[in-house]
Amino acid sequence: MTAPEDGAGRWYDDAAGPVVRPYAMTRGRTVSTAEDRLDLIALVVAAEPLTSLPGGAHGLTDRSLSPEHLDIADLALRSPQSVADLATGLDLPVGVVRVLVGDLLAAGYVHVSRPVPPAELPDEGVLREVIAGLRAL
Amino acid sequence: MHAPAPVALKILVAGGFGAGKTTFVGAVSEIKPLRTEELLTEAGRPVDDTSGVEHKRTTTVAMDFGRITLRPELVLYLFGTPGQDRFWFLWDELASGALGAVVLADTRRLRDCFAAVDYFERRGIPFTLAVNCFDGAARYPEEAVREALDLDPGVPVVLCDARDRESVKDVLVTVVENARGSRSTSAGTARPAACSATTPPAGW
Ligand SMILES: Nc1nc2c(ncn2[C@@H]2O[C@H](COP(=O)(O)OP(=O)(O)OP(=O)(O)O)[C@@H](O)[C@H]2O)c(=O)[nH]1
Ligand SMILES: [Mg+2]
Repeated sequence: MTAPEDGAGRWYDDAAGPVVRPYAMTRGRTVSTAEDRLDLIALVVAAEPLTSLPGGAHGLTDRSLSPEHLDIADLALRSPQSVADLATGLDLPVGVVRVLVGDLLAAGYVHVSRPVPPAELPDEGVLREVIAGLRAL
Repeated sequence: MHAPAPVALKILVAGGFGAGKTTFVGAVSEIKPLRTEELLTEAGRPVDDTSGVEHKRTTTVAMDFGRITLRPELVLYLFGTPGQDRFWFLWDELASGALGAVVLADTRRLRDCFAAVDYFERRGIPFTLAVNCFDGAARYPEEAVREALDLDPGVPVVLCDARDRESVKDVLVTVVENARGSRSTSAGTARPAACSATTPPAGW
């Protein structure tokens, strides 16, 4: 796509406005640094360096991290969080979460466990557990 | 981390406009709107062709999102697919790695679910057709719906009430059983679920 001919101002129309702000915390980056786009159900788990910190992720002194990075890391300390969980839990757009998780991943503060690839199915035991779990809900 | 990797599964909930997708997801999970802000050009997709917005680079799409925690390390996620055609590129992302899908059909507007049925058929994603029992809608027998939608014999057709937790649970169980079946055998398990024929709870 090319820029509209009547000036760059048109990029910032009303519809685009709200999008600009959340991306400020990613310093304008819109594409995650992780190799491939993180799936909505990719699970983010805090890595060992964080679990050993007394104050949780907020005890980190890494100045390259924003409060939102720390919020994500803190949530991931408690239990595995999917990208979608983080987006709804922190009220951030999915695209922003992807970028922030990519940073944490690159810095070694979290692991990401990717969902079962499309061509495969989770193993039989898991499916049986899901069925039993649903019935018991 | 020496614990076994946590497992996340997803099931898509599709259907026509007003077919009961949000109600369905809300019946079994705490529903939350998920905001995705898509940069259409970077996603490599055609820019949405609605006239007058050609210059727009981003679009916000809200999806229904529900989480069912079976145990802390085993979570089932439900995603209500966005209804408009122009967001179908989002379906591709959602559909990738999905365990299966539910297509909700409203018998008063059965055609509205054609697009969803077609989509899952083309991609070989196992889906279950759930006929939502709206009040006043004729109760189509399973076979009539199957025929009208020209469904493969392997596609389970069940009746459901999207407002009813038990009914929605039954549909989800059918989806998972169907996914299981699609691995070993070619046919899924068609298991008619009861439609609660009673009057809806007061205040609905
Ligand atoms: N009687 C009856 N009403 C239902 C049922 N499911 C949903 N409804 C009602 O139908 C209307 C539409 O339901 P929604 O869940 O919002 O449908 P939707 O598919 O999310 O709609 P869109 O997101 O607008 O496409 C709501 O007023 C629901 O209360 C059902 O099984 N029976
Ligand atoms: Mg809805």
